[in-house]
Amino acid sequence: MSNRRDFLKSAATGAVLLGSQSKLGLAAAVAGHADAGKSKVVVAKDPALHNAAGQLDDKRVIELLDRAIASYTGHDRPVDSWKHLVPTDKVIGLKVNGLGGKGISTHLALVLAVCERLQQAGVKPGNIIVWDRNARDIEACGLTISTDPGKIRVFGSDVSGYEDQKETWGTASIKLSKILTRECAMVIGLPILKDHSGAGVTFAMKNMYGVIDRPQDLHNGGCNPGVADLNCIPTVREKVRFTIGDAMSSVYNGGPGFRPEHLWQPNTLIVGEDRVAVDHTAWQMIAKKRAEVGMPSLDDAKRPPRYIATAADAAHNLGTNDPSRIHLLEV
Amino acid sequence: MKNAKWKFLMVTVVSFALVGTGMVVGCKKKPGNPLPDSNAVSGWEKSSETRTFAAKDLWQYIDGDAEQYISAGVVSTSTSDYKYQGQLEAVVDVYTMGDAAGAGKILDTGRTKEAVAVQVGDAGISYAQSIVFRKGANLVRIVAYESTPGASQALLALAHGVEARL
Repeated sequence: MSNRRDFLKSAATGAVLLGSQSKLGLAAAVAGHADAGKSKVVVAKDPALHNAAGQLDDKRVIELLDRAIASYTGHDRPVDSWKHLVPTDKVIGLKVNGLGGKGISTHLALVLAVCERLQQAGVKPGNIIVWDRNARDIEACGLTISTDPGKIRVFGSDVSGYEDQKETWGTASIKLSKILTRECAMVIGLPILKDHSGAGVTFAMKNMYGVIDRPQDLHNGGCNPGVADLNCIPTVREKVRFTIGDAMSSVYNGGPGFRPEHLWQPNTLIVGEDRVAVDHTAWQMIAKKRAEVGMPSLDDAKRPPRYIATAADAAHNLGTNDPSRIHLLEV
Repeated sequence: MKNAKWKFLMVTVVSFALVGTGMVVGCKKKPGNPLPDSNAVSGWEKSSETRTFAAKDLWQYIDGDAEQYISAGVVSTSTSDYKYQGQLEAVVDVYTMGDAAGAGKILDTGRTKEAVAVQVGDAGISYAQSIVFRKGANLVRIVAYESTPGASQALLALAHGVEARL
């Protein structure tokens, strides 16, 4: 906890700022490192991430993050990686997911680790917004609401409100959170991996249900094509450009709520720019776990995450779910 | 004098009406807050306000999970956080369905081979960190956020406390 206190103190004063700003964006960072024409997805694992008492080791979390990001960008030093991942002079949003409540929400240790690295890359504390739907979901992640512009800002769409004007793509006709439309230049998704009673799996793309006013309108048909359509809305497509997926803990059945009887600890981060490839990889992880414990596959359970294939089709073109076009790097 | 008689007659009629209504209502359980107050169950403190969601608003609480409850006929949902002996945190959800069959459907859907039957309500199951039971048209789910020695017994006691209010 002393690490967290030190970090928060530094964050508040901006004392951990390091390095200079980069003009390079995400595409430039990844272009030279992915296999030609393939979407790079890094799966970083640390079996000792949880201690014997089941508690996350904060220090190992940041080391795991560094390993994942270094593998993705090809830069050894975290500060170099992050300078190339984000526009350091802009507002960066971190979209967490606290819907499942305390037991199965984006881990605080990961949020703090990302915030620390962003600041070291040169992002001002006040230019980092950690956000979700509302105060309850944010607090479920262990975060405290703060709108102080001199510190890392943490608040929900219940504070910012939603745009009056609807945006439409396919079946998705929604109002976007003003945090996405007006505050953030770029958003990094920090979803937590979960089984989902309707959609099959919830991770990178489904996390965007937390940026709109009426997510319940997009749940028909196992969220297909709702998830894919929503991610095609230009603001979502263009601003949400990277995923640092939290698969440190997960529920392989009974989600999206907390079901301790189905909780497991993959101790993994799944990182990538291609949200479809990230979700496909996450699905395979849940599929493998369900098979290990003798549960029916999501296909057999009649809730495969069909929206992943829809997102990859020609109409949506959000990324690839073709394993031969995914450069999967396990580190 | 005429006024006094009229007043007496009215008071008598209203009194009988109130008593009669009370008798009818008294045949049913009060539809009050099903969640026990602090220390109503030994060691358990109610650590948040009760939040109640109508079926159409259930997505605000459990988003995509709402669909399965709606299809099973959920009418309303009440939830509150609890803490046992200042340590073990848990959440209690009470889903009031349209009928007992709806509650049974949800209970059966969530049952896995690890479930252990428990004597609470009309039927119940437990895992290391959770208890789910139904009573009449109500489906109750109690989930602890961590596994501690004695958690199962503490959850069972809380389950009986909720059961008594349904």
